Amino acid sequence: MDSSRLWLLRPFGERSTLIFLGVLLAAMTLVTLLHVAVPPGHPLYVSAYTVNLFGKYLSYALLAVAVDLVWGYLGILSLGHGAFFALGGYAMGMYLMRQIGDRGVYGHPVLPDFMVFLNWDSLPWYWLGFDMAWFAFLMVLLVPGALALVFGFLAFRSRVTGVYLSIITQALTFALMLAFFRNEMGFGGNNGLTDFREILGFNLRSSDTRLGLFLATGVALALSYVLCRAIVTSKLGRVCVATRDAEARTRFLGYRVERFQLFVFVVSAMLAGLAGALYVPQVGIINPSEFSPLFSIEIVLWVALGGRATLYGAVIGAILVNYAKTVFTGAMPDAWLFALGGLFVLVTVFLPKGVAGLLALRLRRRRNGNGSPSVKEAAA
Amino acid sequence: MSILRSLAHRDRVFDFLVPAASPVDVRHGPILYLEDVTVSFDGFKAINNLNLTIDDGELRCIIGPNGAGKTTMMDIITGKTRPDTGSVWFGSRHDLLSMNEPEIASLGIGRKFQKPTVFEALTVFENLELAMAADKRILPTLTARMTGEIRDRIEEVLVAIGLTEMRGRPAGILSHGQKQWLEIGMLLMQRPRLLLVDEPVAGMTEQEMERTAELLTGLAGKQSVVVVEHDMGFVRSIARKVTVLHQGSVLAEGSMDQVASDPRVVEVYLGAEAEEETV
Repeated sequence: MDSSRLWLLRPFGERSTLIFLGVLLAAMTLVTLLHVAVPPGHPLYVSAYTVNLFGKYLSYALLAVAVDLVWGYLGILSLGHGAFFALGGYAMGMYLMRQIGDRGVYGHPVLPDFMVFLNWDSLPWYWLGFDMAWFAFLMVLLVPGALALVFGFLAFRSRVTGVYLSIITQALTFALMLAFFRNEMGFGGNNGLTDFREILGFNLRSSDTRLGLFLATGVALALSYVLCRAIVTSKLGRVCVATRDAEARTRFLGYRVERFQLFVFVVSAMLAGLAGALYVPQVGIINPSEFSPLFSIEIVLWVALGGRATLYGAVIGAILVNYAKTVFTGAMPDAWLFALGGLFVLVTVFLPKGVAGLLALRLRRRRNGNGSPSVKEAAA
Repeated sequence: MSILRSLAHRDRVFDFLVPAASPVDVRHGPILYLEDVTVSFDGFKAINNLNLTIDDGELRCIIGPNGAGKTTMMDIITGKTRPDTGSVWFGSRHDLLSMNEPEIASLGIGRKFQKPTVFEALTVFENLELAMAADKRILPTLTARMTGEIRDRIEEVLVAIGLTEMRGRPAGILSHGQKQWLEIGMLLMQRPRLLLVDEPVAGMTEQEMERTAELLTGLAGKQSVVVVEHDMGFVRSIARKVTVLHQGSVLAEGSMDQVASDPRVVEVYLGAEAEEETV
């Protein structure tokens, strides 16, 4: 613990982080190789569509990490993290809209198509600056962060926690959904923002850009994971766990609990915004449905399935559930919700610590050597 | 010019340079001093003209029947309850009635509640680490490092509370008695001058009680300790000086034997206990 002086570097001294980063890096390399080096038509070939799909999963994984940070370590069950995800997505969407320039259907040099359609004659003030990438990318973090700051300040100062906080976060994302549905808001209403063409000058429809976005999402996930590990393994992380388990006692020790909650909540909202910003160029659209309360609940399900308070469990959960969703909604679209519900019941009953709990248990058994060696090992 | 000259006086100490939490002044003897304190809740006088003096380094036991005002007295000292009249001083410099709870806690008054609350998911070591007096703002907490000095301090307290072997285990698996000791250890990490301990041996086994008695008597001298306790056997085993509270004021004070032979005490408290014992 002493060896790493900088708190941000501390996770690199942990085995679990190194394993996680190794697996992630290996997966990214494998996908890239199979996409670039294997000729199309070969059974091992990974198509641009699949790369794109994996990129989407990784952005969901990043979102799940953000939720696990506040839920797993701080005990704040946010049922509104979809709102931060969507706001980050909208900030990115606004940048991508401005990149279209005069190539829209109506050919207006400045205004996006939907504004021309609504007979607006100038850009609303809050759209200014989004033609510059640096500004837009900054807003990806700052807008969700600012909302979390104001919302969290009011909630934590009044010591709103538990179920009440969960309900308020639901209300928050629901209210934002209704607001973004309105055309007058200036975010494309029902249809949202779409028809994107380029990001930083790269054509969004080319497979190379898709591969680039997939890799960028992987890197963002890796860096965010390290940041979150650094937070949870610091003394601040232990204060968070203390707050989760005995808030009054932590306050009595002299920690300003509401500030710690606010700090971690804002960090988490920013990571969720980053996830949204990486998601939007890969799926090509952002609309108010991302604010839907159901989506926010689904995120919590990913984390619960993967295993709470481990971070890597959140990643596993997000990828597993979304992979299952892709398969199921392709094969039996109507059965998906039943499958998700069933999965959740099964995990709650048989794996209260999620998939990560199962992994940790197996690892411990193997290390202690008191469990009977598995059949595979005996065979080998 | 005279203002400039006065500013240039090198022996001048400006008010803003004096740390707010100046050390406790115990040159005049007592570390805690309650005078004519009265509190009433809806007309009921929970504390009635209470006078109490605790000397520096003393171990004091406070006993009394239910409703005698023991817990209310603790609440007043820690700033949780404001008295209607009277004064409460910590050393001869700090007026506790003008301070709020965190200020009083940072002065060096630690309180242990009846029900032990430790952070069950954290290890014993980490529990002590969090309790340590340190800069508790966000960034210093985020970048805090485990130095040898801090480690030594935690080890020292681990030895004092007898939990050295359990240091790496989660606090949730500790027995009831061990949790009580851990909680006392968490108070010690804050280097308190005065420890207020509320019913430390409730629910403990015989051996745990003995161990607790050793722990508390070991602390006295370095810290002042005030113990509120129901268990007379335990009080007899640790007390040098006992104060009996009754209906919100001091009924008797002295050694256990003096107090036990006081007819008024026997009547209101020990009498009932003695009857129980003979039955």
